[in-house]
Amino acid sequence: MADIFDLAATNLLSPVILSFVLGLVAALGRSDLSVPEAAAKAMSIYLLFAIGFKGGAAVASNGLDATLVATLVAGFVLSAVLPFIAFAMLRVLTNLSRIDAAAVAGHYGSISIVTFVAATSVLEGRAISSEGYMVAVAAVMEAPAILSALWLVSRGGSGRRMDSELMREIMLNGSIVLLVGAFVIGAITGQEGLDKVSNFIVAPFTGVLCLFLLDMGLVAGRGLRESRSVLNMGAVAFGIIMPLVGSVFGLGAGLLIGLSPGGIALLMVLSASASYIAVPAAMRVALPEANPSVYLTLSLGVTFPFNLTIGIPLYVAVSQAVTGG
Amino acid sequence: MQTHHAKRVVITIEAVMQKRLTDTLESAGVTGYSVLAVLGGSGRSGPWTAEGQISRASGMVQVICIIKPERLDGLLDAAFKVVDKHIGVVTIADVEVVRAERF
Repeated sequence: MADIFDLAATNLLSPVILSFVLGLVAALGRSDLSVPEAAAKAMSIYLLFAIGFKGGAAVASNGLDATLVATLVAGFVLSAVLPFIAFAMLRVLTNLSRIDAAAVAGHYGSISIVTFVAATSVLEGRAISSEGYMVAVAAVMEAPAILSALWLVSRGGSGRRMDSELMREIMLNGSIVLLVGAFVIGAITGQEGLDKVSNFIVAPFTGVLCLFLLDMGLVAGRGLRESRSVLNMGAVAFGIIMPLVGSVFGLGAGLLIGLSPGGIALLMVLSASASYIAVPAAMRVALPEANPSVYLTLSLGVTFPFNLTIGIPLYVAVSQAVTGG
Repeated sequence: MQTHHAKRVVITIEAVMQKRLTDTLESAGVTGYSVLAVLGGSGRSGPWTAEGQISRASGMVQVICIIKPERLDGLLDAAFKVVDKHIGVVTIADVEVVRAERF
């Protein structure tokens, strides 16, 4: 156990995570430090393209193996099932209404791509390899949770919530298109393609990620400030316990499939993270009665900082300890 | 200078609903409108800001239409089908326009 905490402490002191902490502290201290919306969007496009491309190139270099399909299926199932566990926990720990609880639950089945990107950076920093196709698994895990959340609401007697336009928006949301598209480009062009653009998407990657996480720290810090007025203790406890529960499911699935230590850590991160891009947008359209302050503050103000500062180092350390990697 | 009466309808709505609203307005025959970004604000769901956000989930936009007074009811009926359950504000003001044939 002491080894796990030593490894976690080492991971915690990476420039990426410390940049996030800087943003968090600045926002909590009410500093006027800010990142323009357009700059934040540009950095997120860069990071999604780079991570997708690198994942595709890794698959082209190492080839596909039998675990790919199993991992994709596991990701789909985890995303669909985790909202039910989250919903049950929310009904016990909080006094949220059925609609609010279902909306929150949907966020915890889906994934945070920024948390995933940060985790891959931590793994690279520690020279721990992972399966390149985990990027595709991340894309697969975005949407099923939304359907589960809507089913939880419709089971409670509410009417139709999903229409074809919303389904199209979910399946083709910008981050999924960019991630999968860059993955396909990377898989087609392989290492040769990566070499041609490596000065742009490999060398500056960590620096851009630091700046981006500085911004995410600012956004999360603002959310954390608001959490006092929006969330009660039960909800905050859920925001910390649920990622740990999700990570255990990810760990189990990764071990069953036989993923590498890095792959297991990433599946744990995906299972533990909560969406704050695709799912909130879908919930605003499909469940307008649900209070956005609750699910955005929980996801962005509680779970995201928890995963960035404690979760990722912990999941990486646990995956290494369990696999002996 | 000769001016003409018109109605200025400002619909402040969640950014994720923008396309649904403008599609509905167009299908109701309202083809002229402007969309403005809202930088931030505070309301019943608490304060928010677009600063540093990469998602449209918590953002707002304003859709502004200037129409002839007799078309107001049709516009509001169409708009309310979309905005009814969503966060937002609808305001209507009397304005004067110079070139009436444009509205």
